[in-house]
Amino acid sequence: MPTRNSKPTLKQLKQNFADVHPPLTPDEAITESSRCLFCYDAPCTRACPTHIDIPSFIRKIMHKDNVGSAGTILDSNIFGGSCARVCPTEVLCEGACVDNTMLNAPVQIGKLQRFACDTAHDQSFNFYQPGPDTGQHVAIIGAGPAGLTCAHELRKKGHRATVHEARSVAGGLNTLGIAAYKITTEFALTEVDRILHLGIDLKLKSRIDGAKLAKLLDSHDAVCLAVGLGNTAPLNIPGEDHKDVMESLEFLFQTHTKPLNKCRIGKHVVVIGGGNTAIDAANAAIRLGAESVTIAYRRDKQSMPAFDHEYEFALASNVDFLFNAKPKRFMTKAGKVTGLRCTRTRLQGKGRNAKLVSVPNSDHTIPADFIVKALGQEPLLDLLKSVPKLKINRKNRIVVDQTTGATSVKNLFAAGDCQADTMEEVVNAVQRGKITAAGIHAMLTEGSPGR
Amino acid sequence: MIAPKSNGQPNLATDFCGIKSPNPFWLASAPPTNSGYQIRRAFDAGWGGAVWKTLNHDPIVNVSSRYAAVDYDGRKIIGLNNIELITDRTLDVNLKEIAEVKRDYPDHALIVSLMVESKRETWHDIVKQTQDTGADGIELNFGCPHGMSERGMGAAVGQVPEYCCMIVEWVKEAAQIPVIVKLTPNITDIRLAGRAAKKGGADAVSLINTINSVMGIDLDTLAPKPAVRGKGSHGGYCGPAVKPIALNMVSQIATDPEINLPISGIGGIQAWQDAVEFMLLGSTSVQVCTAVMHYGFRIVEHLISGMTNWMAEKGFQSTTDFIGKSSPLLTNWSDLDLSYKVVAQIEPEKCINCGLCYIACEDGCHQSINIESVTEKEFLKRTPSAKDRVFTSGNNQYTHGAGDGYVNIFTINQDTCVGCNMCSLVCPVQGCIDMKEIDTGKPSMTWRQYQALLAEGKIDPIQPPEHV
Repeated sequence: MPTRNSKPTLKQLKQNFADVHPPLTPDEAITESSRCLFCYDAPCTRACPTHIDIPSFIRKIMHKDNVGSAGTILDSNIFGGSCARVCPTEVLCEGACVDNTMLNAPVQIGKLQRFACDTAHDQSFNFYQPGPDTGQHVAIIGAGPAGLTCAHELRKKGHRATVHEARSVAGGLNTLGIAAYKITTEFALTEVDRILHLGIDLKLKSRIDGAKLAKLLDSHDAVCLAVGLGNTAPLNIPGEDHKDVMESLEFLFQTHTKPLNKCRIGKHVVVIGGGNTAIDAANAAIRLGAESVTIAYRRDKQSMPAFDHEYEFALASNVDFLFNAKPKRFMTKAGKVTGLRCTRTRLQGKGRNAKLVSVPNSDHTIPADFIVKALGQEPLLDLLKSVPKLKINRKNRIVVDQTTGATSVKNLFAAGDCQADTMEEVVNAVQRGKITAAGIHAMLTEGSPGR
Repeated sequence: MIAPKSNGQPNLATDFCGIKSPNPFWLASAPPTNSGYQIRRAFDAGWGGAVWKTLNHDPIVNVSSRYAAVDYDGRKIIGLNNIELITDRTLDVNLKEIAEVKRDYPDHALIVSLMVESKRETWHDIVKQTQDTGADGIELNFGCPHGMSERGMGAAVGQVPEYCCMIVEWVKEAAQIPVIVKLTPNITDIRLAGRAAKKGGADAVSLINTINSVMGIDLDTLAPKPAVRGKGSHGGYCGPAVKPIALNMVSQIATDPEINLPISGIGGIQAWQDAVEFMLLGSTSVQVCTAVMHYGFRIVEHLISGMTNWMAEKGFQSTTDFIGKSSPLLTNWSDLDLSYKVVAQIEPEKCINCGLCYIACEDGCHQSINIESVTEKEFLKRTPSAKDRVFTSGNNQYTHGAGDGYVNIFTINQDTCVGCNMCSLVCPVQGCIDMKEIDTGKPSMTWRQYQALLAEGKIDPIQPPEHV
């Protein structure tokens, strides 16, 4: 359990961030794999956004062909090792597993996937080679899971791929945006390296704006936008600019980019939001040594977009939840944050569209010296608007042909969160990367993205 | 334990050609019966009898290693083989311990397994020395397929009915206690060996001994398993996987009109049901080895409990009430009723949508299961109880057994279903697929009767079924 010492040592902090779900031992993997029924047209495979042939990779583990197993996984999902760690398997493959119906417990698909991928990784196994050079050159903007998957697929087909990444690290949110207790920076980067191994030109600290994008479109046979989303939406309430009011992704990034004892944290932390990122941030805050962490969410528990298993996990980590609390202002005194002023709310109507109304005279303050905002990311609207003729929808996402990733602009494609209407997982980004790569390949070889 | 019925607690006491034991569960002549220490532990645990590991005048020399196993998809030891030989202890030590155990456990069955070279005097000598211990019976090891057979003993005797008969005669010349002949399965027709034993004067038979086998190859060293400095040798195969082979042979011996001897059944018994099955096909007692080597003597408690409760449920008071009861039901194929028909029936409420029945039928059997991919909404409409399989977590909804927006539903095409059982065998859910008898409207007719009617021109040939 996380330590509650006011000044935990670096060693303690590292322990706090150590694997929440330890990897399976070989004995555990063999035993667990033998539980798989080897379903036909398996629900788990269908429920996986990348459609990994799950019964097949599990059977290979059972028959001690771990490298073959990893090959099966990576064929469908080049981020298989990461997804094994960060996927919400409870609502995807494991949620679909028929063993739930029969035995009230699914096969531990995520852990088995990690076992296979880790074995292949330990053996430094190379699964893929670039295809014969086609002379075509694609630029990909963004080195997150969608962009890198797209580059990987194109490289396998023999196209040149150059990836432009604004940050100084590759991997996007998979490397930086997921709390380090779920996936270590080192592991995330090994999966990036496997992709780069194919001979992909990665340009870090290469931020692309509208003008540069226009040039890339001129100089390349195709361009793929995989820029993801930007920062959390602002609350536009007083005190938001204070240095101890932090944006959730920046807060999570530091667990990957700084020694844990140098990360910014307070004693009493409030996290604003009700999504999975809020839970990640709260869990990370507890593990960074905060004495109390409270998640404040303006709606009720039923409306919370976070997964049930994430909510349960946060409760088990001693995170407190305060529902129906709408932030009104950040309280400061003598230059320091002292709390979050909230108004109580209630819901009129049912479901997620219920109207939120403030309860009169219900203002109250949650004491806090450090506050994290986790309100959902906003699209990078400036970039999108700087591209002539690029169609965006009313949620400010790029409109694409869902079967090819093609945008309204000639030779311009998109993949990942920048074209998805809802918040998505790494595994969805990988699938979008695959689809868009197939669309680009079709255009480069057949003249149109096709279907 | 369930309450016994009003007719009283079933009695497991066994009388096997005059050898009495508190229950029919004996340890087979094998590593678990190597010493007095082990057999005392076994009797204390509840075993009714034991067959002492095979004696010879001179102890043999063994190799290292000796055993190898077949595991199956996560379960250990569904089959076991060994290249261990008979006792490696001196005759004096064995005989002394046998006498002491028999003295201390007078109500348990203690049988001694013997195997010596094929000389009349040698057999007479060891038989006399053995019965001087007070042992209840002698079992002649005519079955061991490895090592000893190369020296003209074990299976080398059991495979030649004339030798078998001759040695039984020698033994019976000296023996004053019952003589059981242990038969080898490594023979084309086990009844020939059984008849030879009968002809020689045997009081009973036990079967099967181990099956000749090569267990496998180590894929790192390329050496056979078990390996002795990189080499291996064929050995005796036993364990749960051999039970069906043993049951067939027991049944053959039990129903042979020329043999008519008490049978001690052996071969893969690990659960009480296995023991009951051997007895229903004609065994009076059963012998166990592999399951004990795997789990220890303690398993006898489960054998006793399971058999007792089953007997109480069925109203059997003693084992003789059911020994051989299924023998008459095992007949020739030509006497089976061609007019009988079962078809599979899937209980939709129990189906977990794994698709194993479908793919087994489609690829391996008779293409008689329909697969229908329906939306989750349609699935819930058709299977109301499946609403328990739908969950919401955060913004996501998921359904056990569903994926990519659909659920596979399986139904039997009863017009083409031949009633082969395969789908019900692969189905992981108890009671989900049942085989139901359907009325074909045809009078009962065996193949034998069918041939006769055809010859008499009284019937048209049965038309072949339609295939995809």
